[in-house]
Amino acid sequence: MPLQSLDITRRSATTTPSPGERQTMEVAKLIDVSKCIGCKACQVACMEWNDTRDEIGTNTGVYDNPRDLTEASWTVMRYSEVELEPNRLEWLIRKDGCMHCADPGCLKACPAPGAIVQYGNGIVDFHEENCIGCGYCISGCPFDIPRISKKDGKVYKCTLCSDRVAVGLEPACIKTCPTGALVFGSKEDMVRHANERIADLNQRGYRNAGLYDPPGVGGTHVMYVLQHADKPEIYHGLPKDPHISPLVSLWKGVAKPIASLGLGVMALVGFFHYVTVGPNEVEESGEE
Amino acid sequence: MSADTIQRYSTQERLNHWVVAICFILLAASGLALFHPAFFFLNNLLGGGTWARILHPFIGVVMFVSFLGLMARLRADNRITAADRQWMRQYRDVLANREDRLPEVGRFNGGQKYLFWLMAALLLLLLVSGVLVWQPWFAPYFPVWAVRLAAVVHAVSAFLLIAGLIVHIYAALWVKGSVRAMTRGTVSAPWVQKHHPAWLRQIKGGNK
Ligand code: HEM
Ligand code: SF4
Repeated sequence: MPLQSLDITRRSATTTPSPGERQTMEVAKLIDVSKCIGCKACQVACMEWNDTRDEIGTNTGVYDNPRDLTEASWTVMRYSEVELEPNRLEWLIRKDGCMHCADPGCLKACPAPGAIVQYGNGIVDFHEENCIGCGYCISGCPFDIPRISKKDGKVYKCTLCSDRVAVGLEPACIKTCPTGALVFGSKEDMVRHANERIADLNQRGYRNAGLYDPPGVGGTHVMYVLQHADKPEIYHGLPKDPHISPLVSLWKGVAKPIASLGLGVMALVGFFHYVTVGPNEVEESGEE
Repeated sequence: MSADTIQRYSTQERLNHWVVAICFILLAASGLALFHPAFFFLNNLLGGGTWARILHPFIGVVMFVSFLGLMARLRADNRITAADRQWMRQYRDVLANREDRLPEVGRFNGGQKYLFWLMAALLLLLLVSGVLVWQPWFAPYFPVWAVRLAAVVHAVSAFLLIAGLIVHIYAALWVKGSVRAMTRGTVSAPWVQKHHPAWLRQIKGGNK
């Protein structure tokens, strides 16, 4: 949803610079998994602020509800029961949603000019009015986040409340979180805050506590404090080393402009062959 | 039909060819639009980005099915022989209009035959990969690695097909009389004598 237009870093399928006159600070959301109680207030706040309503689903016997991200549910809590040491059950609750990568695979894959933008503050936002519904962003994303709407064929995901952030408010989920598991601020401050939390967790016996800010995608503007940062997979399959798939890089890389140029050159070579060598005609006047 | 005029393509063959050709133009335009932003404006040919995205795969299926028709009709005359391989090796003579130095050509020359089989192979690849990336009907049912791979296969095959057809279209404009063969169906006997002498002997021997 566009509210800011003067501080755009990147636009999908655009080969010229984006309007970037306004200087903004890089922001980040920090999700402290160790403080989350799984109350889902953030899920509710997200729907309330964005005015989206998911279909009422069915209980599948687990707390995850809705069962997956959808075009209307941009964040869902993922509950994992793990026993890293025998008889020591841990209930790990991770708030899933867009990570707002510094190097976004969705934006790289999108063929529609300006359907995906990245603001100077790091937020990656979909501008649905430019979206053509091809779903390329879904295959570009290393975190399986975008969802295509069955109703309008456009793709939706967490906006990091770009509309609120643009006017100096914090995202709706942050505002509502009752335990302080969600905090928002400059990326620098969030890293500092995370380090304090990690030191605290280390003291309490979580030796592998750490920050999830994966360098494979250039870092993210949604970060996690994990009790077991050495094993992100146990948090409902959080990827250990996410990066844009090499297939997507190949598909969207330098080969394309070169191939496009190649087609143009072929057509030109044809034209010049015609004006130099000339047409291939039957000499006798038997032809009209 | 005058004695000098020879039927090169039947009405069905011409109809079939132009269905494939029209599909190709629409597919190339809507496909290239997604291929690189420089071509995005081509979407307008099909009514804008979203319409082009929706229509492209359906037109693709029509093109694939109609090409099967062309295959049924023209497969036999497109069998590749040693003479065709020799013809291809002498591409320099081909390009310089020195047809007298080339091996005798039947109904189709080596270039036409190889392009025919290349198109058949590429269209199959385009169909399979196209279904894998087809939103919202099919793509959600395949694992993401398969969709990613299919997107690469589709883009590469489409590039090769478009490149091949640039050659095909240029050849039709370059060899005078070819366009008429595919629009009106007939060519002159001297035309056949010059470009397809072995075919001329074949029809003469066969019919009379
Ligand atoms: C044979 C059946 C075909 C099917 C089912 C198919 C399907 C698709 C689909 C689903 C897409 C994604 C975007 C969209 O929905 O429009 C696509 C993209 C594309 N198609 Fe096709 N297609 C077919 C044939 C062709 C042909 C014959 C060409 C070449 C003229 C072609 C060229 C392209 C190109 C260049 C793209 C964009 C690729 C990219 O962004 O990298 N397609 N196709
Ligand atoms: S579905 Fe929309 S946002 Fe996603 S890649 Fe296609 S045009 Fe871009």
